[in-house]
Order: sequence, then C-alpha cells, then structure tokens
Amino acid sequence: MNYKSFQSKDVFRCFKVKRHLRSKLHTTWMVIALMIVILLPIFLGIGLYVKSAMLLREQSLFELLFSSDWRPLAGKFGFLTFIISSLWVTVISLLIAGPICLLTSIHLTQYAKNWVLKVMHPVIDILAGIPSVIFGVWGILIIVPFISDYLAPLLGKQSSGYSILAGGIVLAVMIIPFILNILIDVFRTLPDELKEASLSLGTTKWQTIKLVLVRKAFPGIISAFGLGVSRAFGETIAVLMVVGNVTTIPKGLFQPGYPLPALIANNYGEMLSIPLYDSALMLAALVLFVVVMLFNLGSRYAITRIEEME
Amino acid sequence: MLMFLSTSIIVISLTLIIVSILYKGLPSLTWEMISQTPKGGFYFGKEGGILNAIIGSLYLALASTSLALVIGLPVALMMNVHLIKHKKLVNGIRFLLDLLWGVPSIVYGAFGFSIMIYFGLKTSLLAGILTVTLFIIPIMVRGMDEVLKTIPRGMLESSMSLGATSSEISYRVYLRQAIPGLVTAILLSFGRGIGDAASVLFTTGYTDHIPTALNQPTATLPLAIFFQLSSPIPEVQERAYASALVLTIIILAISILTRFFSKKYQKNRIKQ
Repeated sequence: MNYKSFQSKDVFRCFKVKRHLRSKLHTTWMVIALMIVILLPIFLGIGLYVKSAMLLREQSLFELLFSSDWRPLAGKFGFLTFIISSLWVTVISLLIAGPICLLTSIHLTQYAKNWVLKVMHPVIDILAGIPSVIFGVWGILIIVPFISDYLAPLLGKQSSGYSILAGGIVLAVMIIPFILNILIDVFRTLPDELKEASLSLGTTKWQTIKLVLVRKAFPGIISAFGLGVSRAFGETIAVLMVVGNVTTIPKGLFQPGYPLPALIANNYGEMLSIPLYDSALMLAALVLFVVVMLFNLGSRYAITRIEEME
Repeated sequence: MLMFLSTSIIVISLTLIIVSILYKGLPSLTWEMISQTPKGGFYFGKEGGILNAIIGSLYLALASTSLALVIGLPVALMMNVHLIKHKKLVNGIRFLLDLLWGVPSIVYGAFGFSIMIYFGLKTSLLAGILTVTLFIIPIMVRGMDEVLKTIPRGMLESSMSLGATSSEISYRVYLRQAIPGLVTAILLSFGRGIGDAASVLFTTGYTDHIPTALNQPTATLPLAIFFQLSSPIPEVQERAYASALVLTIIILAISILTRFFSKKYQKNRIKQ
C-alpha cells in the first residue's frame, strides 16, 4: 500500500475513521427514515381504526354503511347518503374525464406535432399543481352559474347549481392531468414494432390505434381510470364547495349531494361536543382510506405487471 | 378531430380557471390586502388583509417541506444507492409510496387530528406542519426517486471502485448529479403543501394573528379563501377571489421556477 508513504499513518487513520463513522451515521438515519415511511400507512390505518372502534362497538359496520339515518344527536350514524353521493360524484367525473383523457393521450402520443407537445406539457403540469381550493373557487364562479342558468333550464329542470353535476365536472377537471399523465406513459411504453407491423399490413392509422394500440394498452387504461377514481373519491375541498351539502340521497344530477370527505371536513368543529360523533367521522375517514387503498392497490398492481411484461 | 377537441378542452379549462380567477380577483386585490393582518370587523367587509394567512401558509409549507426533505432525501438515496442490489425490496417501497400518494389529504388530516387529541395538543402550527409533512413525504420521495433512477449505474460502480463510502456516493455523486431534478421534486411538494386545505383544516386552526410560536394556531391561504367565500357578505367574497389570485400566483411562480431549474441545470448532467 504505497499511499502510506505520503501520508502520516495517524492522520490517515483518523480521517478514515471519520469517513466511516459518517457513513454509518448516515446509514442509520436512512434506515430510520425508511422505517418512518414504511410504517406510515400502518399507523394511519391503526390510528383511524382505534378512534372508530368506539362506534363499531355500538353498531355493526353493515348497519352503519347501509343505513341512511343520519342523526348524530340521537346517536344514529348511517353513512349510506354520503356513500351514494360520493359514488355519484366519482362516477360522473370519471365519465367526463375518461374519454377526454383517452382521446387526448392518443392525440398527444400518436398524432401531435412538436409544438402541441411543447404547449401541453406545461399545461398539464400547471393543471396538476393548482390547489383544490382554486378549483372550488372556479367551480363557484363558472360551473355553478352555468348549471343553474343554462344547463338546468335547458333540460327543463330547476337547480341552484350547487349539485352533484357541478361536483362531478370540477372533479373531472381535477383528475384529468392525473389520468392523462399515466395514460401517456402507458401509450409510450407500447413497442413501436406493434404499430409498424399493423401499419405494414395495410391498416389505416385509426384502425391501428383502435384495434391494436388501445387493445394492447387496455389493462393500463383501466388502471389509469382506477387511480383517477381513487383520487376523485377522496377529494375534499373543491367538491365540498360546489356540491351543496344536503343530507338527502340525491335522486338526479341537478340535486345537491353530500360526499364523505365533505362530511368529515364540514363537521370537525362540532365533533367533540356530541358523543361518538368524532368516532363516526373517523370511521368515515377509515372507509375513505380503505376504499382508496384498495383501488390504488388494484390499479398499481396491474400497472406494475404491465411494465414487467414489456 | 375529436381528439384535437378533447386536447383543446383541457387547454380551455386551464385558461378558463386562470382567466376567471384573474378577472374576479384583480379588481379587489389591493396592496392593503397582502400587507395587513385582519383588523376588527374584517369579516364584515371592513379594513384589513390576509397577511396572516400568507405568512402562515409560507411558514407551514417551508417547515414541512424541510422536514419532509430531512426524511425523504435519505429514503430516496437509500433506495437508489444502498439497496440497488435488492431490486424487489426497492420495487416494494416504490409500490408502497405510490399507494401513500393516493391517500386523500383529508385522511391525513383526520389522522393528524386523532394523534393531536391523543397527545392533548390543541390546533397549532406544529400539528399542521407534522400532518403536511406526512402528506408530502410520498410525493417528494417518489419525485426524487424518479430522478435518481436515471443516474447510470456505472457512476455507482466507478465511485465504489475508488473506495468511496456509500454516504459519499450518495451526497457527493448522486446528489450532485440529480440536483435539478431534486429541486423540482422539492418545489412540487412545496406547492402541494401550500395549496392543500383538507389536511390543515383539522390541525392548524385559524387565527387573525401571525403566529410567533409553534404551539399557536395558524391561518392558511386555502382556508382563508374557503372561509371568506362561505361568507354571505359580497365584500368578503371579493376578498376570497383576491386571496385565490394570490394563491394562484404563488403556485404559478413555483411552476415557473421548477421549469427554470430543470432547464438551467440540465447541462451539468453527465449523460449515459
């Protein structure tokens, strides 16, 4: 080892010890940080469960989820109204966002010229970065008056504008960048040979897309939608601001609704004054958590499988 | 044609959002708005501004971003330096982070709240910071991971062959290589932190004062918008639009900064 020749032995050892000590310390901290991250979902689940267990002891889960009797003062906590509202809003947003995202992603990956891509990239990024409160403000400014003044009268209905439909539209715009990014990735990972082979057989470009690309990307598309659903299901403030928040089961698009996250957000102030109320709200949060986790789990798993296949 | 239409729908909705916020917010945005805290009768349309919320949001977002950085950066580096041989484990962590990313912020808020009650804390800046930190860690780690993933493996091998310890590789080689991307990830999580309302709704509370200590409740911009907008008084609603404009400007500034950083440092990179 010839480096000892130009360095005093002790100084070198000291230097070396310090380096390795630093490396050790750093590794320890890394492991701790990693543990925090890994344990986070477990803690989330346990924390919410412990809180909601109080209510679960009194009433069965089935009873809570499928009863629409919501009278906190009488100790009745039926979540059905809120769950149905949540489903409505989510489904509508997906119905709007889904086709738009699919068509746009095909356009951007197969047809678009360079300048379109250059414009669309920042647009998607900015749209993804806008906070949900801003979407809510926008919903109140544009969507709500649009529905109450134009859309509802056009269809011969009465509406204040604060409705399931407004919530769905606002949500749709919110989840578009999210779904779109995943879809673009999905279409990018499709091998070019697939397209070339199909085109060389004499199909038109549209036939290739419809019969080859979309079919090949189908699991990916479904998972992207699944992720969009989970995002829409848990979105709070923006929906809360436009959806009306009335505790009845909505019967039409133009009726107000009251989704689960809005319920939690609206009642946090009084939840400590009524017994079991906080427990009920935590159960609502737990339901959200579980549903979203399941949707995510399924979709992400499918996406990982696809990536492995490529 | 239909495809072009749907692409333009997205562009149009973004422009609509920004234009409507600008149109409604600009007339009521005054210097007074952003330089004063609320005075008496502010919520009935009297004098004052939303400085408390702006400062509160900045405190909250800055503190939680730095906290998330302290936890997130090591995790991201570890996934790409220390655990590079354990592909399965790393993929498992990635999967977990993706799951966490999808958890709605209100769930974090409710969780933070129940923890707060458990420890007997009141709504405070500290509780808010912790909740938002938990909320943005997955976003930050995943963003950093995407960048670190692209660093060629040869870098790691050559530094190791020179006898570098793994922490030296992490901080002197990987960190330096990935800085523009990391800054992007940090700014992204900062934007998330500053814009999220649901997670701070339970935990930080609301106040008219600028917080001076960690245990005081803090006003945040999203909540300021939300509360002012639910007021029946038109003047107060106007202010909500102006506050929304302030928040939008902050977010746009972050977005522009992000682009700037990723362009500027692109040339530092050693390509494969």
